[in-house]
Amino acid sequence: MHALVVDDSRAMRSILTRILGEAGFDTVSQAGDGQEALDLLAASSGLPDIALVDWNMPVMDGLTFVSECRSNPEYRRMTLMMVTTESEQGQIVRALAAGAHEYVIKPFTADAIVDKLEILGITATQV
Amino acid sequence: MSISATDFNFVRDLALTKAAIVLEPGKEYLVESRLTPIARQIGVQDASALVQRLRRGGEAQLQAQVVDALTTNETSWFRDRHPFDALGKFMIPELVEARRATRTISIWSAACSSGQEPYSIAMTLLDVPALAGWNIRITATDLSAEMLARAREGHFSQLEINRGLPATHLVRHFERAGTGWRVNEQLRRMVTFEPHNLLNAPPLGGPFDIVFIRNVLIYFSPATKSEVLAKVRRALRPDGFVVLGGAETSLGIDDQLVRTEIARSSVYRLKR
Ligand SMILES: C[S@@+](CC[C@H](N)C(=O)[O-])C[C@H]1O[C@@H](n2cnc3c(N)ncnc32)[C@H](O)[C@@H]1O
Repeated sequence: MHALVVDDSRAMRSILTRILGEAGFDTVSQAGDGQEALDLLAASSGLPDIALVDWNMPVMDGLTFVSECRSNPEYRRMTLMMVTTESEQGQIVRALAAGAHEYVIKPFTADAIVDKLEILGITATQV
Repeated sequence: MSISATDFNFVRDLALTKAAIVLEPGKEYLVESRLTPIARQIGVQDASALVQRLRRGGEAQLQAQVVDALTTNETSWFRDRHPFDALGKFMIPELVEARRATRTISIWSAACSSGQEPYSIAMTLLDVPALAGWNIRITATDLSAEMLARAREGHFSQLEINRGLPATHLVRHFERAGTGWRVNEQLRRMVTFEPHNLLNAPPLGGPFDIVFIRNVLIYFSPATKSEVLAKVRRALRPDGFVVLGGAETSLGIDDQLVRTEIARSSVYRLKR
């Protein structure tokens, strides 16, 4: 299983990478903003099973990244989960409408991420 | 200072007689950590001093508070998922047929803790179009007054919300409230919360078509499990369903309840 973490905070990227690793993902790629993530996707052969995406990032924000992914048929099989401090109801609605499948509000615990993966039917080697 | 063996035994008896909860030897640390905050709150020195006070008797409210503190209230939204799939895809469709005449379904969520289970049941039912216009009654009960108050209030922190609630359900059934979220009126009105001890006769609102009694039997002795399941059975309609927790079974405890394999969950029905 392969995951992509898109967040401008290096600390947050490593926390999520560790949680995903413990949840059984073999590969976790990282990008510091939406554009970097799109470049990474374009350059790599395999598609990640899921991307965990922050909202507020420089260059390209997470909502734009989600919309971009949804407008590209090649990325349709990739599950998108926002992981962000943005916590207004309207923002969650916007993200879901743009094509995000799930939404986790920071701060979160590792269990919360694992629960969401389960909701999405994404269970890695563990279980 | 760790609590003495006599103090531990006193608390153990209390948990057993008031809530049927079995505290194994070795759980001294648990007793102490759960009692210390109460000791502080009432202004006595430590857990032992609190037990002294209980020993003198006549403090029903303090006693209830201590029993409350000894219960484990861990819960989450759509816990274990499968039971809720089974509810929406199998149990409810069958009942929609069977209850065509009355268009009424009664569900009991026993030992509901802070309410995630009954609200998850309510959200599942709202997703079944065939139930539009039906009379749905969800009775949710728990021993803990504190948990019931929280459940009734319907306010959950962001951390609690993150535990298993799908984002689509969050935006549909909740409203932002301070730093947390509150269940909306529609959901709130579907559930009636009542105090209830599983050792007593079933609550009002029965007989029930479905009883969720999950992750509570594990705290009881085999004899108490039988006793509780027998009461549940008597509160159940003949074609009803009983849903137990993932680690629980009626096997060897109640031979009148037999497991039916539905959506990988522990669903039981009355033996025919
Ligand atoms: C671990 S929670 C289970 C919550 C929920 N059913 C679930 O599966 O997520 C156990 C609950 O059982 C309640 N409880 C313990 N002993 C009880 C008793 N004798 N009668 C009623 N409730 C009891 C506790 O107060 C606690 O809220």
